[in-house]
Amino acid sequence: MKKNILLILSLSWGTLLPAKTIRVGKNLTITSVQYAINIAFEGDTIRVTSGRYLEKNILIDKKLFLIGENYPILDGEGKYEIISIKASGVLVEGFKIINSGESSIEDFAGIKIYQSRDVVIRNNILENTFFGIYTQYGTNCTIEKNTLTAHNLKEEQSGNGIHCWKSDSMRIIANTVSGHRDGIYFEFVTNSVIWRNTSFKNLRYGLHFMFSDNDAYITNIFQNNGAGVAVMFSKRVKMFHNYFEENWGDAAYGLLLKEIADSYIENNRFTKNTMGIYMEGASRLLMQKNVFESNGWALKIQASCMDVQLTHNNFIGNTFDVATNGSLVLNNFDNNYWDQYDGYDLNKDHVGDIPYRPISMYSMIIEQNPSAMFLFRSFMTSLMDKTEKVIPTLTPENLKDNFPLMKALPL
Amino acid sequence: MNKIIKYVIIDILRNKIMLAYTVFLLLISVSIFNLEDNSAKGLLSLLNIILIIIPLVSILFSAIYIYNSAEFLELLVSQPLTRKRIWLSVFAGLAISLMISFLIGAGLPILIYEPTAIGVMMTISGVFLSVIFAAIALLAAVNTRDKAKGIGIAILLWLYFSLLFDGLVLFVLFQFADYPLEKIMIGFTALNPIDLSRILILLKMDLSAMMGYTGAVFKSVFGTNIGTIISLLVLSLWMFIPAWLSLRKFNRKDL
Amino acid sequence: MIIANNLTKKFGKLIALNNVSLACNKGECIALIGPNGSGKTTLIKSILGMVVCDSGFITFNGKNIVHDWKYRSNIGYMPQIGRYPENMTIGQLLAMMKDIRKKPSQELDETLIEQFELHKLMHKRMCTLSGGTRQKVSAALAFLFSPEVLILDEPTAGLDPVATEILKEKIVAEKKKGKLILITSHVLSELDDLVTEVIYMQDGILKFHKSFEDLQAITGQVKLSKAIATVMLSIQLEQKIING
Repeated sequence: MKKNILLILSLSWGTLLPAKTIRVGKNLTITSVQYAINIAFEGDTIRVTSGRYLEKNILIDKKLFLIGENYPILDGEGKYEIISIKASGVLVEGFKIINSGESSIEDFAGIKIYQSRDVVIRNNILENTFFGIYTQYGTNCTIEKNTLTAHNLKEEQSGNGIHCWKSDSMRIIANTVSGHRDGIYFEFVTNSVIWRNTSFKNLRYGLHFMFSDNDAYITNIFQNNGAGVAVMFSKRVKMFHNYFEENWGDAAYGLLLKEIADSYIENNRFTKNTMGIYMEGASRLLMQKNVFESNGWALKIQASCMDVQLTHNNFIGNTFDVATNGSLVLNNFDNNYWDQYDGYDLNKDHVGDIPYRPISMYSMIIEQNPSAMFLFRSFMTSLMDKTEKVIPTLTPENLKDNFPLMKALPL
Repeated sequence: MNKIIKYVIIDILRNKIMLAYTVFLLLISVSIFNLEDNSAKGLLSLLNIILIIIPLVSILFSAIYIYNSAEFLELLVSQPLTRKRIWLSVFAGLAISLMISFLIGAGLPILIYEPTAIGVMMTISGVFLSVIFAAIALLAAVNTRDKAKGIGIAILLWLYFSLLFDGLVLFVLFQFADYPLEKIMIGFTALNPIDLSRILILLKMDLSAMMGYTGAVFKSVFGTNIGTIISLLVLSLWMFIPAWLSLRKFNRKDL
Repeated sequence: MIIANNLTKKFGKLIALNNVSLACNKGECIALIGPNGSGKTTLIKSILGMVVCDSGFITFNGKNIVHDWKYRSNIGYMPQIGRYPENMTIGQLLAMMKDIRKKPSQELDETLIEQFELHKLMHKRMCTLSGGTRQKVSAALAFLFSPEVLILDEPTAGLDPVATEILKEKIVAEKKKGKLILITSHVLSELDDLVTEVIYMQDGILKFHKSFEDLQAITGQVKLSKAIATVMLSIQLEQKIING
């Protein structure tokens, strides 16, 4: 009987009594984070003071609030996954997490969430981790204001910054990711939002996004990534107010769209990319109020795209406005501003009186024969382009803006 | 040597065509910078002027000057001077005058309004093209006794370098479309000073586009410091080889 | 002073000089005579180094001229047609020539410049000058550096009578100083008072080279033109006999 009372008491201590705080520190009685976790009860807070902790793998298997004071360092010594979260409602905040293990078989991460919900990862600094923050089967988790930096030089030897797999209702907010393979990686993630993140100088994509429907990414900056941003095999994606900048290289895109449907691309800025947007197999897209500035190719739209509505965008200072690979055009290009348009507006309705053909003969030639780049801006190709404008032969007849705007939109 | 150069330059700089050329360049470049609100478009127009007008004026003016100076050259040859000295003086006089005209007409406005890597590369290319096409004109003129024929050849040479060569390249590209020609294209640039200058300028101007496809190959070759130095050396060869060949011919020519 | 040995020069099929040899000495005034296309100008140009002969050689003061260009500082040349860079002034042209020749100014002979009154025209550009004035400039240039040898190609063509007289006087004066003078001219009557030697060329062949006195003695004619005509007739007669 006494035993039973004790059991009830001890249980109620954990559930009914107010949660307690356990302090961990080098000069305190508890010096190990894992030990604190082991002795803590659901809902407790563990505060870790500054210092360097070599804890191998830290496993959080109950709802705990793990808070670092002055960024205590959790060092994985290049061998271990540093924090594994296998419980819902966990908070990890204020840590500096460095040197995770690296492996080609296992996906070691700085912080990994296993099949949990309502987890919050906030204000952490991750350095030199293989994967940064990794979620599998996560639901309604928040990954916020973390800074992830890796220094890998080779794609094969590096993992992704924020990696979400088979998750739902995720919030990825205001993180800064650089030096990883992909800055932010989404695969089979639904109903999630990626907001106000900065992803730069990652080896492959700033954002890699696959088989993920009903997501939105808003006001992110993707800069100087090896291959820009790739959004593939997804439906109902909203891309608003993002910046795609300085993604340079043979296969580098501001935004690569592949097999995307029913999506919205609005108010984005594409600046100084080799290719602003490359799209193939895209259908039912509305692209409006975007700015394409100083790109090599503003828009490469393959013939496999259909029902793409491109309207009220600004095309300024691009080398080529539009390129395509076929003669079939099932998309609409009306009502954009093209700085290369040299038509006139006699009736002063701010719409050019003759259509603009954003595709030049030379860009078609390059599409067929990339080595023809040798003749870029040569006297001969400009002569060819001029002739083509008068008598179109090679360029698709109906790829044109019937109502080109005379003035740039205030975007 | 500098004595003859001095008088040749004085003579050419007072030439009406030369003055008109300088004023024309100056008007165009200043108006491009002042009227065109879109600087990318303006630079593009300037690029065309540098790649088309400057070679044309240089080669035509130089060829005509050589033919008109036939008797003057005879007079100089009857003086105690080596032929080498005479010919190089005339070449230097022409080259320096064309350079001065270009620098006043286009170089200065470019460097004032566009003091960037693009502007610097444009100016360097313009100077090179002025001299190169003067040298080519000398070679054409020294090999052809008849003035009309010689000027015709000069125009043909200009047409070849600014248009026909590129046409041939395009033909080759499509004939051998199945082969990787990117590397070979690099070699092709060395065969035409206009193309080489164009790519050097474009690497500064259309960097975004040049990073794609073949452009990246160009960038990896010409974009480096060593690449730039080699390109400028190749341009120098385009100056010296025609000049040297024409000198060899002039040394043995009966006047 | 100038010795030519077996000069041959072909322009394509045309033989401009056919095995021509001659010797010219100080104090001589040689008239180089022959019909158009006979090789006179080619001969002069070979002496000046403008034309390089296919075979044969020329020596100037005993030196082969092929590899020597300095000998030309001893020659004053007046070309048949004087055309100069259009925008050069007479003053600049003279200045340039003085620069090239590097003669001290006290050794310059500016008598022709004064007599032709070129001083007033110093600032005039070449393209504004008449043919006669340009010819005066050419003459002035040829005599300016008081060279040992004067080569005058059709010197009086285009000159007005007054200027012709001035030039002839100058030639006589220079001859008296013991200089070698080579003149080609169509107008033979002008040469009577000047010439000491006569060279007659035809079809690239040097037909004869005789002193004027010998020529006068042989032909019995006093005037150069008559003497030449007589010789030419006899040459034609010779040819007819050979051919016939």
